[in-house]
Amino acid sequence: MAEKVGVYVCHCGSNIAGKVNVEEVAKWAGENLQDVAVSRDYKFMCSSLGQKMIEDDIRGEGLTRVVVAACSPHLHEKTFRRACTNAGLNPYLLDMTNIREHCSWVHRDMDSATLKAKSLVSAAVSRVKFQEPLEPTYVDVNPATLVIGGGIAGLQATLELADAGYHVYLVERSPSIGGHMAQFDKTFPTLDCSACILTPKMSEAGQHENVTLLTYSEIESVKGSVGNFEVKVRKKARRVDYDACTGCGICIEKCPRKVVDTEFEAGLGFRKAIYTPFPQAVPRVPVIDADSCIWFQRQKCRACEKLCPTDAIKFDQEDETLTLNVGNIILATGWKPFECRDIPQYGYGRLANVYTSLEFERLCNAAGPTNGKIVLRDGKTEPQSVAIIHCVGSRDVRHNEYCSGICCMASLKFGHLVLEKTKANVYSFYIDMRTNQKGYEEFYQRLLEEGMHFVRGKVSEITDAARMPNEQGKLIIQCEDTLMGRQRRIPVDMVVLMGALEPQSDAKEMGLKCGISCSMQGFFTERHPKLDPVATMTDGIFVAGACQGPKDIPASVAQGAAAAARVQGMITKGKVMVEPVVAKINEEACSGCRICNNICPYNAIEYDAERGVSHIITALCKGCGTCVSACPASVISGAHFSDQQIDAEIEGVLWDVIRPKSAVVSAN
Amino acid sequence: MKYAYYPGCSLESGSAAYDVSVRAVMQCLGAQLDELDDWNCCGATEYFTQHELVALSVIARNLALVDKQYDQLVAPCAACFLNLKKTDKLMADDPKLKAHVNEALGAGGLSYKPGTVRVRHLLDVLYTDIGENKLRQMTKRPLAGLRIAPYYGCQVVRPLNGFDNTEYPMKMDELFTWLGAEVVDYPVKAHCCGGHMTQISEPQAFELIRRLLQSAQDYKADVIVCICPMCQLNLDAYQSRVNSEFDKSFNLPVLFLTQLVGIALGLDWKKVGIGKEIVSAEPVLRQRLLSGAGA
Ligand SMILES: Cc1cc2nc3c(=O)[nH]c(=O)nc-3n(C[C@H](O)[C@H](O)[C@H](O)COP(=O)(O)OP(=O)(O)OC[C@H]3O[C@@H](n4cnc5c(N)ncnc54)[C@H](O)[C@@H]3O)c2cc1C
Ligand code: SF4
Ligand code: SF4
Repeated sequence: MAEKVGVYVCHCGSNIAGKVNVEEVAKWAGENLQDVAVSRDYKFMCSSLGQKMIEDDIRGEGLTRVVVAACSPHLHEKTFRRACTNAGLNPYLLDMTNIREHCSWVHRDMDSATLKAKSLVSAAVSRVKFQEPLEPTYVDVNPATLVIGGGIAGLQATLELADAGYHVYLVERSPSIGGHMAQFDKTFPTLDCSACILTPKMSEAGQHENVTLLTYSEIESVKGSVGNFEVKVRKKARRVDYDACTGCGICIEKCPRKVVDTEFEAGLGFRKAIYTPFPQAVPRVPVIDADSCIWFQRQKCRACEKLCPTDAIKFDQEDETLTLNVGNIILATGWKPFECRDIPQYGYGRLANVYTSLEFERLCNAAGPTNGKIVLRDGKTEPQSVAIIHCVGSRDVRHNEYCSGICCMASLKFGHLVLEKTKANVYSFYIDMRTNQKGYEEFYQRLLEEGMHFVRGKVSEITDAARMPNEQGKLIIQCEDTLMGRQRRIPVDMVVLMGALEPQSDAKEMGLKCGISCSMQGFFTERHPKLDPVATMTDGIFVAGACQGPKDIPASVAQGAAAAARVQGMITKGKVMVEPVVAKINEEACSGCRICNNICPYNAIEYDAERGVSHIITALCKGCGTCVSACPASVISGAHFSDQQIDAEIEGVLWDVIRPKSAVVSAN
Repeated sequence: MKYAYYPGCSLESGSAAYDVSVRAVMQCLGAQLDELDDWNCCGATEYFTQHELVALSVIARNLALVDKQYDQLVAPCAACFLNLKKTDKLMADDPKLKAHVNEALGAGGLSYKPGTVRVRHLLDVLYTDIGENKLRQMTKRPLAGLRIAPYYGCQVVRPLNGFDNTEYPMKMDELFTWLGAEVVDYPVKAHCCGGHMTQISEPQAFELIRRLLQSAQDYKADVIVCICPMCQLNLDAYQSRVNSEFDKSFNLPVLFLTQLVGIALGLDWKKVGIGKEIVSAEPVLRQRLLSGAGA
């Protein structure tokens, strides 16, 4: 029996219609393509009226197949599948072809774009006739969730879920949760003390009955799919017994080995070989850093072991691997600071009194290495003038093209702290002042009133080469003041470089483990930049905070909460649909060569030794098709991607070549 | 290692010390430099201000003269290097320009296909091709105790140099540490020496030269090392004028890269042109390098 195909061509406002003559495409399809029963165009196919049009035709015209030519299936395939289901048609008898991203958005010439749209529609019509009805399966969602990264975004997500009654595994790579926020003194724009708003959340997460805290731990691998992930976590050896330790801190106090703390104190302070990153760390259980510990280096000391009242020191402790089973994963791995040495003309690492922004945070922090006193590297001299340089490594084609978003505000915060704590003059060297969140512009006004100096222009160089007597012994900022239209040299005592927020150096790797991608800059890619900012292209994997792009604390918290809400939705629903788009092995014909076993990226193929054949674990198969093309006997077929379907699609694209010339002429 | 060699006009006259030391050093290191036959002046910065197409054609003639057996052309002068490199790039980027230039070259029976000759600065060749291992191995008289201020000038650091940081170059700094010297990391090493400004406006030119000398002195340099004849000329020949204009008493010898590399390799001081400079380098070299090598 011949199929009855309905073709629906969308204008997408002017998105498609601006470059493709959609009326003509619809008319042409109706008149020229075999088995097309109805062919229509419409302003917005995805609207309820558009969907209703399809549903009515399925019922009224008895359509057996549907082709929608519109945007990317990523965006609306689900919508149109639902419309088919509503009208009683199996949703896998729909084919969506992309004439927006693949056509109207990438072409200039209307005639060529229209011709291409026709080819795409023709391909879809040929293919759809060979599609088969498929039935999705459903699996239960494991209600436990894994949160990776214990910064403010991860903490928020953890607490939201735990408070809602669900179990959360919070995996953090450093010895304590808290993230970058734990290093700050005050937070803009309200200037509330960072510790006062962060540490209560940290201890809540540390004590929550629904939270399993795994600090000093790394994600090894992630397997499975939405609803049922199996995650291997490596707990690095703390060399301190987690359960026995009471956190008394005597070991830390007595440890004779002091080293520069390049992490929490950003190189400005010291820590011991056995340490917690900061006094309010959660958990309070310290770790021994084998690279600096005297025992590990020279087989001497063991002072901590002798003094520990609960015998918690375990020098021979080893890494341990745990397996977690969770239904969903939230990635909240945050950001890393730009390496300021990569802009050598700013002198960081060469000129002593040039600081990074994180160093300066520690300098301002009452619990920091100088007890909050803003002093030069000599540890005592108060600066008489401080320059804050914006956009270091941001908005710069040589480093990162993007704006880091938060550093203008952090600069203003620093300006305020300098004016509050010292008698110094403060200069901000900015390109544009970016203060566009709630309360931010007001904070900028406040600093203008407080007397911070603003120079608009990019700094070309920071130098100690004095030209005038007043420059002797100072750091000179050379820059073009674009408001005055002049080159200026401003001598100061101290310089703070507001480095960019960059993606973690292992973000790509982490993304690969979880099956999600990164943007060109290296931040995790969300499912949709506007409409789905915390989900990703992989179901069950969510992102929150600065790992998705530079952002401030309020936005990180909002994303953490949003991701938790999305996960809760999945848990409450209880079941997720597994796409029936999977591969199938014709076991009769399988020779048992096992070539497919190792190439499946999802480990979804098992070998049955008894029967000497391979078979596919449907729940793990993602339908990627790798095995289909690898099988030397061609006995694996991919549902929804059969050879027949693909061949038909290719023939459809080539309609104007395969058909007699007259058809082409009439088509135009 | 075999390179076509483009000395440039300065090396034939005022900067002969650079030329002799380049040849001596490269021979000692086993790298073959074959002087380009019938090369012409690169026009420095002057031609460009007169007529760009003519300037480019004059430069491109040199590229066209490079024999097929060479794929690299080495220039020791920063200005020549920049001009040759720039011309190659501009011709590659702009087919129309390429056609124009080739039309001009055609009058002399020549033509040049951009990209066929790789233009290298001598510093790049020493740093990259000869490299750390070889230079360390071949060092006979380490420059220990000599405080060297490497001066790059403003031409070799243009964005297309392709071998060093364009804002704060370090390759010469590194190279001299391999030879055992104490390298002075002073801030103005890529600032302009004024070029031909001495001919146009002395006060401006002298101020630029003063800044360089001052900074090198503040950082307690014994010698300044140049990779451009113009820079060397300005810092050396005008040093006494700068002293009298600004009431200073700078006494900083200014040498070429290959002169000091040559000394480290154990070459005879005279052979690498020591003594041709105006502010004499011998006293400080003798004092620092002790037992009076060569000479
Ligand atoms: C100088 C400066 C000052 C700032 N001041 C303010 C301010 O006053 N107000 C404001 O709103 N914002 C401020 N910000 C921005 C603020 O730092 C960010 O908004 C915030 O840190 C984002 O939180 P996060 O949880 O996403 O990431 P992070 O704070 O970076 O936390 C990420 C956590 O994940 C962990 N992690 C990373 N990778 C892994 C992994 N593979 N496995 C396990 N764990 C991992 C990290 O160890 C870390 O604990 C400032 C930024 C800078 C640079
Ligand atoms: S054994 Fe190591 S960690 Fe313990 S006190 Fe000695 S140096 Fe510190
Ligand atoms: S927020 Fe301000 S300082 Fe930071 S990159 Fe953007 S414009 Fe530059």
